[in-house]
Amino acid sequence: MSATEVYRAPALSPEGAAVERHWRDLAARRRLYTIGGLVFLFLALSGSLWFANETNAGKFFDRLPYVADFFTELKPRDWFDPVRALLDLSSPYDDGSLKFDYPEGRVYLTQSIYIPEYFYRMIETLNIALFSTLVGSTFGFLLCFLAAGNITASRWIRFATRRFLEIVRAFPEIVIAGFFLAIFSLGPIPAILAVSIHTVGALGKMFFEVVENADMKPEEGLRAVGANWVERVWFGIVPQVLPNFMSYFLLRFEINVRASTILGAVGAGGIGESLRLSIGRGHEAKTIAIVFLLFCTIVAVDQFSAWLRHRLVGRQAFAYGRGE
Amino acid sequence: MNADAINDIAARHPDAFRRSLWKRYAAPIGILLCILYTFYCSWFFSIAIVLGKANWNLASAYLADWVSYEIRPDIEFKDNYLTIDYSRFSKLGSNPNPDWVTKEMAVIERRVEAAPAPAIATNKSSQDSFMAPGAPTAESPAALSGQSVPAAPETVRENAVVAAAVAFGNGRIAITPNLVTVTRGAESVIFDIVKDNSVTPRTPLPDWIEQRKPGSTAYVSFGFLGRAEVQNDEVVAWRRFFGWANFVFDTNSPFWGKPFGEVASLIVSGARIDPSRSNAALAWDNVLNNAEWQHGDVWLKLLQTIVMAFVGTVLASIVAFPLAFLAARNITPSRIANQATKRFFDFQRSVDMLIWALFFTRGFGPGPLAGISAIFFTDTGTLGKLYSEALENIDDKQREGIRSVGAAPAIVQRYGVLPQVLPVFLSQSLYFWESNTRSATIIGAVGAGGIGLKLWEAMRTNTNWANVFYMVLLILLVVFIFDNISSYLRRKLMGDVGNGSDERPARLLPPAQIA
Repeated sequence: MSATEVYRAPALSPEGAAVERHWRDLAARRRLYTIGGLVFLFLALSGSLWFANETNAGKFFDRLPYVADFFTELKPRDWFDPVRALLDLSSPYDDGSLKFDYPEGRVYLTQSIYIPEYFYRMIETLNIALFSTLVGSTFGFLLCFLAAGNITASRWIRFATRRFLEIVRAFPEIVIAGFFLAIFSLGPIPAILAVSIHTVGALGKMFFEVVENADMKPEEGLRAVGANWVERVWFGIVPQVLPNFMSYFLLRFEINVRASTILGAVGAGGIGESLRLSIGRGHEAKTIAIVFLLFCTIVAVDQFSAWLRHRLVGRQAFAYGRGE
Repeated sequence: MNADAINDIAARHPDAFRRSLWKRYAAPIGILLCILYTFYCSWFFSIAIVLGKANWNLASAYLADWVSYEIRPDIEFKDNYLTIDYSRFSKLGSNPNPDWVTKEMAVIERRVEAAPAPAIATNKSSQDSFMAPGAPTAESPAALSGQSVPAAPETVRENAVVAAAVAFGNGRIAITPNLVTVTRGAESVIFDIVKDNSVTPRTPLPDWIEQRKPGSTAYVSFGFLGRAEVQNDEVVAWRRFFGWANFVFDTNSPFWGKPFGEVASLIVSGARIDPSRSNAALAWDNVLNNAEWQHGDVWLKLLQTIVMAFVGTVLASIVAFPLAFLAARNITPSRIANQATKRFFDFQRSVDMLIWALFFTRGFGPGPLAGISAIFFTDTGTLGKLYSEALENIDDKQREGIRSVGAAPAIVQRYGVLPQVLPVFLSQSLYFWESNTRSATIIGAVGAGGIGLKLWEAMRTNTNWANVFYMVLLILLVVFIFDNISSYLRRKLMGDVGNGSDERPARLLPPAQIA
């Protein structure tokens, strides 16, 4: 604290000295809190790490030399093989096993044109994400006005809607997916339902916060000419919040692409399932192909959504509160 | 307002009344596209077919299982008596005698095979149909020609159940060896049973009883209270009770079935049940090892999930912190370093958490280490990106001031940069801590351990929905607690930067992270 030493040099008036003393007290207390917090964090972290290590199937230091093994095992027979796996071209190593049966998964559109298996699975996953974002945002859109304090006067409706959105948001997606898997059996529908339901909660919350920050003047004008509730919302609020809604929709779409991949891995179809199977069976070329495809898709989706959001709402996309 | 006035207004505001074609039709076109896409998806996923094939009765039964449980007495017809059997691990303990099943006892005569299994002949336990296939075959000629010692059938007189009734609220099934009377409310149906042959109602069936073929099994529904099947050799009843059975102690525990006061007095002052340890220790052990609810294991797995989210986020923050300084172009002047770090962040973010989870599950085996690693690798990228963006948006004046008095570069960062960004950094880490508590549940299910895996296993059996609900409630509770801790800390950190009321996020944060 050399800086404070310098400032003590000129003689201070009694009031100045009191302020200085007070500031020192505050600074000392603050430092104490900081150190205390860091010590607590350190203890919690080491305790947690110990616990994690103890309860893991393999111990960290026992397994560490072998973690990299998996990546070295991922080396394919030749570096063109992942390309064949990606495009479903037949492999020269084909021995009839599942490992090299690349052409098996082709989805034929016509006699000769086909979509390679992993592209088709990727489309499936993207469709799950987009469709459930659409369904979720539709319901989120309908509910958000009921949750917004400046639109819905009734406290009870607001309270009920908000709690509903909270519960729906906090409910683990995996449970919803698992429940519907039990009813519909394996397939993408459980994933769609799970992601949609979660999206209703997540987007509903985002939406109603936007609505609460909307400018109420257009609504007031409409109220003055005798518009009813639906007209006031539709003509007074929706036009100003729609760009922000759209950008939240896009953000949610990005998140949902990831979510539907994960749900795919637990049995809901799509690329996630292919990835889990190929990693589990040790099919290196297929794994590389899928990881590559997934990586490219996520980058592409993120970039596209960022570009579109920028066009929709500009730099001030997520400024909460207006005129600030 | 007349036509002229309207025209006048229209002329003064051409942007409102004569908008471009695109602006006028954007909304209907958008809605139309959404509808078309919905149709496409219903074709792509064959939604109608899947919904049509779905077993909706199953859905309501599973949902009911979340908050209730079934007990299944199995009443079997013998020649002139009945046996009542409960499933092997019945929730009523090893010797169930519930008051909703009434029995009528009488002394009867029956013929049994004499020699090979005297235990069966004397012990008319509920299991004898199961344990002694010899007994019913006494009548059949096949048994007489068997290789075993051909024992002469012998007549035994003993006390047995001759009539039983199972109560379902205002419904009731009364059973005698050849007659079953089913009552629900005011309606009542009598079935004639020809053993091992047919079930025949005497009157037309109401809509709560279904018989798919004449003479075959009749399915009786009592709504939430349960259901029953009247078969030609037995009546199986599923009686449903609200609540979670044996939540604290399972049926093997000495404390099972005792009222709360008795358990409390046993723990506080009772004589030792197990001489080697106190009653309190025994009770605690029994709770933890409850065979049906597995409290100890569930709590351990929940702690694993919490630890996964916590450690993953903390480590990611620690690693992302220095890297973000390297990535921010106003802090590190080298463009190569900026770009390399930023692309590294992008790479980590874009490789899905699922991929990391699957990789590390292979590496470390199932358990929290895999989950920690997955969260760590994904979030180093995301947090690094957010941190570096925060760094690039700082106010340069403070830094300039510190630099102008001749401070060393490290001091400039410490006093010129850090005070501006630290609250934002911490606040973002807290957001991720919250959202990772949820993600950790999901990646657990793909093998990264924790409550997710346990939850997933419980769901796949399709029989433990009450356990699933129990775990879900625990997860919701944990998420709720951590959300509140995190938003409390955030409010403390950000002060008035966040709008404060109603947990609204601070302005500086991209809301993308609020899962």
